[in-house]
Amino acid sequence: MIQEFKKIWKPYLIGLLWLLGLLWPLLGIHPDGTLSFARTFTVWLYIATGISICAVIYLLNKSDALGPVTAPIGNARKALGAFGKTVPTWVWLLALLVVALIYPQVTNRYAQDVAVNVLIYICLGLGLNIVVGLAGMLDLGYIAFYGVGAYSYALLNTHFGISFWATLPIAALLACIAGCIIGYPTLRMRGDYLAIVTLGFGEIVRIILNNWMSVTNGPNGILGVKAPSIFWPSFAEGFSFELLYLKKLHYLYYIALGLAIITIISVRNLNYSRIGRAWESIREDETAAELMGVNTFLLKLLAYAMGALFAGLAGAFFCARMRFVSPESFTFLESAMVLSMVVLGGMGSIPGIMLGAAALIVLPEVFREFETYRMLAFGLAMIVMMLFRPAGLIPAKRVGTRSEEKEG
Amino acid sequence: MEPILELKDVYSSYGSIKALKGISLKVFPGEIVAIIGANGAGKSTTLMATCGIVPIDKGDILYQGKSISGLMAEKLPIMGLCQVPEGRRIFPRLTVHENLELGAFYRKDRAGIEKDMERVYDLFPVLRDRTKQQGGTLSGGEQQMLAIARALMTRPKVLLMDEPSLGLAPLIVQRIFDIIHDVNESEGMTILLVEQNANLALQAAQRGYVLETGTVTMEDDADKLLHNEEIRKAYLGE
Ligand SMILES: Nc1ncnc2c1ncn2[C@@H]1O[C@H](COP(=O)(O)OP(=O)(O)OP(=O)(O)O)[C@@H](O)[C@H]1O
Ligand SMILES: [Mg+2]
Repeated sequence: MIQEFKKIWKPYLIGLLWLLGLLWPLLGIHPDGTLSFARTFTVWLYIATGISICAVIYLLNKSDALGPVTAPIGNARKALGAFGKTVPTWVWLLALLVVALIYPQVTNRYAQDVAVNVLIYICLGLGLNIVVGLAGMLDLGYIAFYGVGAYSYALLNTHFGISFWATLPIAALLACIAGCIIGYPTLRMRGDYLAIVTLGFGEIVRIILNNWMSVTNGPNGILGVKAPSIFWPSFAEGFSFELLYLKKLHYLYYIALGLAIITIISVRNLNYSRIGRAWESIREDETAAELMGVNTFLLKLLAYAMGALFAGLAGAFFCARMRFVSPESFTFLESAMVLSMVVLGGMGSIPGIMLGAAALIVLPEVFREFETYRMLAFGLAMIVMMLFRPAGLIPAKRVGTRSEEKEG
Repeated sequence: MEPILELKDVYSSYGSIKALKGISLKVFPGEIVAIIGANGAGKSTTLMATCGIVPIDKGDILYQGKSISGLMAEKLPIMGLCQVPEGRRIFPRLTVHENLELGAFYRKDRAGIEKDMERVYDLFPVLRDRTKQQGGTLSGGEQQMLAIARALMTRPKVLLMDEPSLGLAPLIVQRIFDIIHDVNESEGMTILLVEQNANLALQAAQRGYVLETGTVTMEDDADKLLHNEEIRKAYLGE
């Protein structure tokens, strides 16, 4: 115990003082030029007390004084884990699906709204994962394809009255083409250079949307986009079909769920296909991949196109849900957000990215109570997550164990 | 006899650095040919140019009598030309099995792939009980074996090997050279071998080329090179 304490007291004290130094400018300097200390100290004392308690628990745990408490918990966890393994995967998936299906029946509008957002971002995260996680190309302008999808639907619907369902494949195709157009000139670049160029392309798309008044109506955006519709049998005057607009949020939720499921299944299949493996080889070592007969040029272009496709689908749905689009929704911050979901969740891992998307959408909502400090708390949560799970919330499998470890 | 691989006066450069200044060499079917030379002589560049990774400025490369100098690199494994690159360059975060599958990437014959997979596992038994391990977590020697096994999965007619003995213990080096011998003898695979270890390379090979600053300064039968005074001084440290 004493030894453990000796090891940590210095960084612990420095950390607390550093926090004080950071906190004071935030809390103690007021816009009217006055300075105060009282508030900073009270907040700091609260935090210091909390952290001290954590430190004491940590010390007790390190010196095994908590054995009687942790041992049963550890055993219970192990038993739970063993139980989890005996249940086949499809049971879990089925349970998850059932929960997802009854979710809108038991929740309110607000919860459904958040869930729809999560589903959209799952599509985006999984799409970006193809480019970043599988093919290993850092894309900072990914949201541009989301924008292309959204504007495709907005324009086709308001000008030509084409329905949501007919636009869905068109939006996907247009996003694909945009992916190829942006991907083509960047294919010879790697790493940092690629990141900067994609960032530039993303901004170009946003600026075009913002300034091309005659087509996109500029910063005002496009209003009056129709919600998705279906033909529903009606028996009012004999038998006929009537056009029903799915404006209710829980209908939209089911559409988003459908899109997300399609995305998950396709990405999973791509992931385990020959193409997925080839993408990974490009990520690992492009020259070696070429030496093995992998057509790196075509496959990188395909990665862009496939990533853009899912963004296009998500974009069209986003526009149909809001019934409005404006360039504001496609800023760099959104790209960064999707990228964070991929990295935070675990690159290349489908359940990880789903969890990452859920975490990054739900956390800011949870922190709403903190009001002005909401984003601060959100940032802190991200840092903590990365500290404790540096490879992502659910890292991609294929963590190789040496054979001797397996036996032992 | 027609050479299966021939470089005709090949020039290549990295920007302003002239790496190859007129390399000509011939490899006949079924041969083991060694290329030796000091660091920076252009040995790796020669192999990379042959595989279409480094573009050539002048000259021509013929494979089975046809020019391959304008082809994309990824077309060559299909034609039976494959390289084990310098420094192994396996795919570190993919498993051993996936690394091998990527060797067979262009192939569609499931049964043949399975058979070859068995064959390379027989050649390198260490890999067999590490199929699920990530390539990057293998030891240096195991990685070299994986790199060779991966190249064998492409079913090459001509195998280019760049310093297969780099950084390996003498016993492993011996094993790897035994295997080189083995595939050459049992399947008639043609091998172009680049080595720092001139002694070993010339013992394994039938013919040898000596490279110096981007040109071929000597070519002869391997055992003649092995007993050449100059070579012994320059490359065998005597
Ligand atoms: N990517 C590159 N960019 C610039 N110059 C390069 C590059 N690769 C190699 N060179 C230069 O080309 C020359 C030949 O290099 P090469 O790698 O072919 O030598 P090598 O004979 O394989 O040497 P070693 O035995 O050390 O592997 C060297 O002078 C090297 O500095
Ligand atoms: Mg070399």
